[in-house]
Amino acid sequence: MTTLIDTAPEVPAPRGGLARSVADSLVVTRRNLIRMTRIPEMVIFGLIQPVMFVILFSYVFGGSLNIGGTTDAAAYREFLMAGIFAQTVTFATAGAGAGIADDMSKGLVDRFRSLPMARGAVLTGRTLADLVQTTLTVVVLAVVGLLVGWRIHEGVPKALGAFALLLLLGYAFSWIGALIGLSVRTPEAATSGGLIWLFPVTFVSNAFVNPEQMASWIRPIAEWNPFSATVQACRELFGNPGVVQSDAWPMQHPVWASLLWSLLIIAVFRTLAVRKYRSATA
Amino acid sequence: MPGAIHAEGLVKTFGDVRALDGVDLDVPEGTVLGLLGPNGAGKTTTVRVLTTLLRPDSGTATVAGVDVLKHPDAVRRSIGLSGQFAAVDEYLTGRENLQMVGRLYQLRAPAAKARAGDLLDRFGLADAADRPAKTYSGGMRRRLDLAAALVVSPPVMFMDEPTTGLDPRNRQALWEVIKELVAGGTTLLLTTQYLEEADHLAHDIAVVDQGRVIARGTSDQLKARTGGERVEVVVHDRDTIAAARAVLARYGPEGRGGDAVAVEDHTRRLTVPVTGGAKLLAEVIRDLDAIGAEIDDIGLRRPTLDDVFISLTGHAAAPGEGREEPGEGDGEGRPHRKEPAA
Repeated sequence: MTTLIDTAPEVPAPRGGLARSVADSLVVTRRNLIRMTRIPEMVIFGLIQPVMFVILFSYVFGGSLNIGGTTDAAAYREFLMAGIFAQTVTFATAGAGAGIADDMSKGLVDRFRSLPMARGAVLTGRTLADLVQTTLTVVVLAVVGLLVGWRIHEGVPKALGAFALLLLLGYAFSWIGALIGLSVRTPEAATSGGLIWLFPVTFVSNAFVNPEQMASWIRPIAEWNPFSATVQACRELFGNPGVVQSDAWPMQHPVWASLLWSLLIIAVFRTLAVRKYRSATA
Repeated sequence: MPGAIHAEGLVKTFGDVRALDGVDLDVPEGTVLGLLGPNGAGKTTTVRVLTTLLRPDSGTATVAGVDVLKHPDAVRRSIGLSGQFAAVDEYLTGRENLQMVGRLYQLRAPAAKARAGDLLDRFGLADAADRPAKTYSGGMRRRLDLAAALVVSPPVMFMDEPTTGLDPRNRQALWEVIKELVAGGTTLLLTTQYLEEADHLAHDIAVVDQGRVIARGTSDQLKARTGGERVEVVVHDRDTIAAARAVLARYGPEGRGGDAVAVEDHTRRLTVPVTGGAKLLAEVIRDLDAIGAEIDDIGLRRPTLDDVFISLTGHAAAPGEGREEPGEGDGEGRPHRKEPAA
């Protein structure tokens, strides 16, 4: 009668830290990706929003803003795409936050925390799954961009470099989202908490207007904004117009600045989020 | 030698609330301890401390001989937790849920897959195995949650109100599983609001109230303090009360005669402590019939959690519906997911 016990597998001896971390993270990533296929409307809404932004900005603002000495609408659309790409990848913050908050409120985090699994794996699995969704969104966005007249002018390798920087930025921001998700009570709060501060971050930047046109006190903020570094790097690597002329170091060395900012954000927020997770719901 | 679960002086406060106020427990290997108490007593907080989810402010605990505070990861390899609320991923199928848990217990993929199949069969979920858990009934979700806790059949199991909100059939089925586990040597700590459940499953019962263990013992010992079973009769005709009382006295404690029978004249209700359970009722009815006493209502009344509490503490078990357990949601504000007191 004791089939429950007699046939139970032995718990294997613990594996090394890194091997276990990677394996557990992939198990959780897979779980989150399966969830996405079961809730396709979330993925689809995630795609519609940036596409809508491209169309709105292109045809509403296009032609009214001076980019690189011209108010040509086509030039604005080329200028715009780097900003939209960067804004889109940072919106992954809200998805990560809502996902973690949902797991907390449903008791799944308790389940995970009672298992002999790597401590960071639940969060890493979440952020990696979001990275997959972000990649999908960026691909769709690139196609829409090409349709409205955006082009890459510096060759495919540099363009791929730009996409890599974008995905790294999105991955970094999803760790901020993970921390928010662990800190709020509901998935709804995590969504708005994940988005509200993104508006100043993405608008006080070079994404949609040139910082040279901003008030002098706000301009340094825009130029040192981690988000601006990635946008500037993308414009350089894509060969798009609107590269900011400035003495600020991140604007001079945008690729390095983007890389360093993203790695710094990951280092700080991953540490904080994993620490928070260990005592989560406590 | 300390038991499979051992705790001394556990204290945990959330703000002003002392959720645990010095809890001591010892559960010998292969036995079941029922942690009995109302909402807010500290049952769930105790389970959360012992399952490494929550660090106590002070106190010590070992599970399967391992220090919970010093080596939480080693403890996690030896425990299974089945929560009050089914912690399964509702968008994953039953099979995917169990495979995931198996992988996170560090099983290799084939072993996790085989075990998931076995458990789905065993818990009657084979037909629903490849449907998202969202489509499951409450009872099915609870079974899946329990199956998830049993993926490696850990030597020590924690079940936090495993049957709260379940219908009697599902409750019965869960009890059978629990008995099987215990027969196989598993040590179990079970929290419940139902005295009947603790009575049915637990070797020992610890009654908790306001963060403290206020009584412990076997269910017989607790019942002896509470007063045990009673037969309650409401006769139709006031004139038959005296005769009915004489009949009931025969079933009461020996040597006390009619004194053992409590009579409430205005409701025509007679109550007598008995031993012997339900089969006694038929005899009582026959005897009352023989003297021509017409019965409006008759029943066997078992001591409830309220009875235990009133006798132990002088106050009722559930002070108002919807009172929530501090730390049950959690101190930092996860929304409470408690159901109202039963």
